[in-house]
Amino acid sequence: MENRALNLLDEALGLDHQTDPWPLCGKVVLVEDCVETSGCFVLHQLLKRTLSPQSPNNTIIFLAFSHSFSHYDRIVRKLGCNLVAQRENGRFFFFDMLKQLCPDEKEGKTGKGGFPALYRKMQKTIGALPENNQNHATIMIDDMSLMEVAAHGSLEHVLDFMHYCHTLTSEFGCSLITLNHEDIYSSMERPTFMLQMEYLTDVLIKVEPLATGLAADVHGQLTVLNRGICKVKGSSKNKISNFHFKVKENGVDYFYPGTRT
Amino acid sequence: MAATKTRISSFSRNISAVSAPQLPGIKCGPNGTFFVSSGIPDLDKILGGGFTLGSLVMIMEDAEAPHHMLLLRNFMSQGLVQNQLLLYASPAKDPRGFLGTLPCPSSSKDDKSRNHDTEQEKGLRIAWQYKKYFSENQQNIDGHRDSKQEFCNDFDLRKPLERHFYSGQRVDCVSIKDSPNLTALHDRCATFLAQFPRNDGSFSCMGRIAIQALCAPQCEYSDTDWDMLSFIRSLKSMLRSANAVAVITFPPSLLSPSFCKRWQHMADVLLSVKAIPDEDRELGKLLTGYQDMVGFLNVHKIARINTQVPMILEATTFSIKLQKRRFLVLECLNQAPIDGSSGTSYGTSGGCSGSSKSGALDF
Repeated sequence: MENRALNLLDEALGLDHQTDPWPLCGKVVLVEDCVETSGCFVLHQLLKRTLSPQSPNNTIIFLAFSHSFSHYDRIVRKLGCNLVAQRENGRFFFFDMLKQLCPDEKEGKTGKGGFPALYRKMQKTIGALPENNQNHATIMIDDMSLMEVAAHGSLEHVLDFMHYCHTLTSEFGCSLITLNHEDIYSSMERPTFMLQMEYLTDVLIKVEPLATGLAADVHGQLTVLNRGICKVKGSSKNKISNFHFKVKENGVDYFYPGTRT
Repeated sequence: MAATKTRISSFSRNISAVSAPQLPGIKCGPNGTFFVSSGIPDLDKILGGGFTLGSLVMIMEDAEAPHHMLLLRNFMSQGLVQNQLLLYASPAKDPRGFLGTLPCPSSSKDDKSRNHDTEQEKGLRIAWQYKKYFSENQQNIDGHRDSKQEFCNDFDLRKPLERHFYSGQRVDCVSIKDSPNLTALHDRCATFLAQFPRNDGSFSCMGRIAIQALCAPQCEYSDTDWDMLSFIRSLKSMLRSANAVAVITFPPSLLSPSFCKRWQHMADVLLSVKAIPDEDRELGKLLTGYQDMVGFLNVHKIARINTQVPMILEATTFSIKLQKRRFLVLECLNQAPIDGSSGTSYGTSGGCSGSSKSGALDF
C-alpha cells in the first residue's frame, strides 16, 4: 500500500484507509457528468484501482453501453493495467451491450433477452466466483442514459434493473459504479430516475467544467460527496471534497483550486 | 496547431512508424485512429486532423440559416472526389436533386492563387501582437500542404461537382419524408455499412453517411423520441466497427431540452452553426472582418476514441467566411483592437464573445 501513489480522488473515496476489506464494498457510486466535460476518466481510474494487484480478490463486471472493449483496453493499458490479461484471469468480465436492445416485458417474461436475462447472467457470474471473491465484485455501468435508450425509454425497466443490482450490493456486498449525464435531467421538473439513483447512492462524484470556461491546464472540477466515509471514525458526517483535475494519458492530476503553478 | 498538440503526450503512436494507409483520403491519427477529411481544410485542422473513422458527427442547425448545408455539402463532395461511397438521407422529396448542388474541388491553379491571397491578406491585416501566432500558423499550413496532398481538397462553392462523380451506384439516396418509422433508414444504413467491415490495417473501401435534418417535422416518426435515439445509438455502434463516418444534422429547437442533451451526448463530434444577424453594428465594431462573415461555427465536442484526454481548443467559436465567394474558410474570431474604452483584453479570441451570443448552447 505504501508504494501506491494516492491522489485526492482516492482519498475522497476513502481508498486510503485499507485495501481489505475493500473500502467500496457494498457501496453505490454514481458519477455524473455533462456534455462539456466527460466523466469517463473517473471510471477508468476506478477500473485501474479496483483491479490493482494490491487487492487481488476484486473482480469487475463491466456493462459497456457506450464504448467497445478495445477502447477501454487501450485507455486502461496506458494507465498500467492490462484488461485482456485480467479478463483471462477471470477478474474482469466485459458485457458488450453496444448493440443489445432490452425490449419490454413481453420478451423479458419468456426469459429471452432484456434486463431480466442480463441480471441472471450477472448473478450467475458472481455466483461462480470463488467464495472469498464474491463480496469483492464490482458492477460498472458506463452509461445509464444509454441504458434508458436500450430499454426504449421505459423508466420502470431500468429502475427495476437498478434495484436488482442494488440488492446484489446487500446480498453479496458487491459495489455498484455507474456513470450518468446530469444535464439530460436538469431541465426536467421531476427527474425520477436521477432522484432515485441519487437516493441509492453512497458516493456521488460530480464532474463539471470550470465556470470560467475551457482551460488547457485545468480540465474541470470534481465534487465528491461521500456519505459513508466517516463511519470508520465513528461519526456519520457527510464529507464533501472539491478539487480540480487535469486528465492525461497515463493518469489524472488532482489538485485543490489555485494550488497549481 | 491542434494536430501537433495531440502528439505531445509520450504515449501517442509514432506516426511515421505506422505504415501509411493505401487510400489517399485517409490519414493516421493518434491512438490507433484514422482520420478522413471533413472537406473543409480549416475544420480538419481544428479537429486535430479530420473526422475520426468510425465516429458519429452531429451538427446542430440554426433555424435561421442553412449553414449546416455548407458543411454537409463539403463533407459529401470530399468523399465522392476520393472515390468513397455515399449514403445520403434527407427529408426532401427528391434527395438526388441535392447532389447537383455539391461543390467541385478547385483546380490547383485556383488553389495556389487562393493561398497566395490569404497570406498576403493576413500579412496586411494582422496586428503586431498577433505576429507570433501568425508565423506558427503559416508553418502549419505549409506542413499540411506537403503531407496530405490529396487528403483534403478546397472546394469551389460556385462550381457544381462534375456529374460522373455521383452518377451510378456510388451514391445511395434515401428520402425520409414519408417513412412512418426509422426501420427502413436503419436497414439501409446497416446494408451500406456492411460493405466496409473494419479489419485492422486494410482499407479497401470507405463510406460516408450524411443524414440531413433527422428530426424534421415532415417525417412521420419525428414525434417518437425514443425511436430516434435508438436509431442513433444503433448507427453509432455499427459505425464503430466499420470504415465509415456519419454526419447527422438536426434542428435542436425541435427536440425537448432533455432529449436534445441526449442527442448531444450521443455525438462523437458535436458542432453547431449560427447565423449572423444582419447589420449588427455592435458586433461589427467588435470583430475584425465582420463584413465577410456568413456565420459562426461552434465546436462543442471532439471525438475521443481510444483516449481519455479531452482536447482543449484555444477557441471554440469560429467565423465562417466565404473567401472570394468561393471557398469556405473558418477563422478564429479576432477582436478589433480599437476603441480603448471597451477595455477588452488582448487576444480574447472566440470563447467569450461567442458564448455571449450562442446562449443556451454554451455553458
